[in-house]
Amino acid sequence: MRVRILVSFKDSVLDPQGQTVKNALHTMGYAGVKDVRQGKVFELDLEGVTRKEAEALVPEIARRVLANPIIEKFEWDILKGR
Amino acid sequence: MKFGVVQFPGSNCDFDAYHALSRAMKRPTVMLWHKDHDLRGVDCVVLPGGFAYGDYLRVGAIARFSPLMQEVQAFARRGGHVLGICNGFQVLLELGLLPGAMLRNKNLKFLCQHVHIRVEDARTDFTRAARKGQVLRIPIAHFDGNYYAPARALKEIERRGQVVFRYCDADGRVTDEANVNGSLHAIAGIRNEAGNVLGLMPHPERASEALLGSTDGRAIFESLIFSLERRRPSRRPAARTRARHD
Repeated sequence: MRVRILVSFKDSVLDPQGQTVKNALHTMGYAGVKDVRQGKVFELDLEGVTRKEAEALVPEIARRVLANPIIEKFEWDILKGR
Repeated sequence: MKFGVVQFPGSNCDFDAYHALSRAMKRPTVMLWHKDHDLRGVDCVVLPGGFAYGDYLRVGAIARFSPLMQEVQAFARRGGHVLGICNGFQVLLELGLLPGAMLRNKNLKFLCQHVHIRVEDARTDFTRAARKGQVLRIPIAHFDGNYYAPARALKEIERRGQVVFRYCDADGRVTDEANVNGSLHAIAGIRNEAGNVLGLMPHPERASEALLGSTDGRAIFESLIFSLERRRPSRRPAARTRARHD
């Protein structure tokens, strides 16, 4: 099973990199871009893991390692397999 | 007292710290390898600056899982003294030994310059050789030193007086300009509740000899030495008294 985890800053945390991208887009004329948040994507290949197990395992890995819960949030979905 | 400097792959201020402690401060100092399980009887663990494990994932995020850091965590919980400098501070935040997290500097630039920091509390084991309100001139060198803690946690940190250093100007005024990396409340260094763990972004080891342009960093090492050595001799007089009666 392949899962994708998206880690990004919490809404309450300022994202200076996202702000810089937004400013660049405005400079280029993309005035309709209201905000930009930058994040990280992880793709995990899981072996011998059922969907139910993944539902416990993936959030655990995300909380313990991939994201820092003080500043970051995460969401995840299954890309392939079941 | 004996210092131990932890080496991770990617540490690059480990020998600077070793030099400052062993030569400038003239105290026995050993290097501790991140894969070891033994703190070799040190009285104070120093986590040096650098880019432990390349700072992959997040600053300090992988270093916290190394075997030695489990020992450091237990050592700190027993009241052992731990000083985290720059990347070492980031590791302590990831480990949860200190509250909060680091964000990228507000201007998105790597900052390598001398800054001024104000001693907010001179009663800690890391600052008792300084005065409250004293301004220290110490260099910084970091990309991610923009201290952040959620509003409630920050309030607690302030209420408990855990902020030990704040960025300030040469006269000790905390201003937006002096707060070069954008840290909340201009926080440059904090301690844990118990007071045995301190993390700071500036590099005191780079300000420990006149040749380096500043000796202000010595105040932190002198404080530690004073705090840890004074405690020991205080047990000795009793023994000496007994010996005299014999």
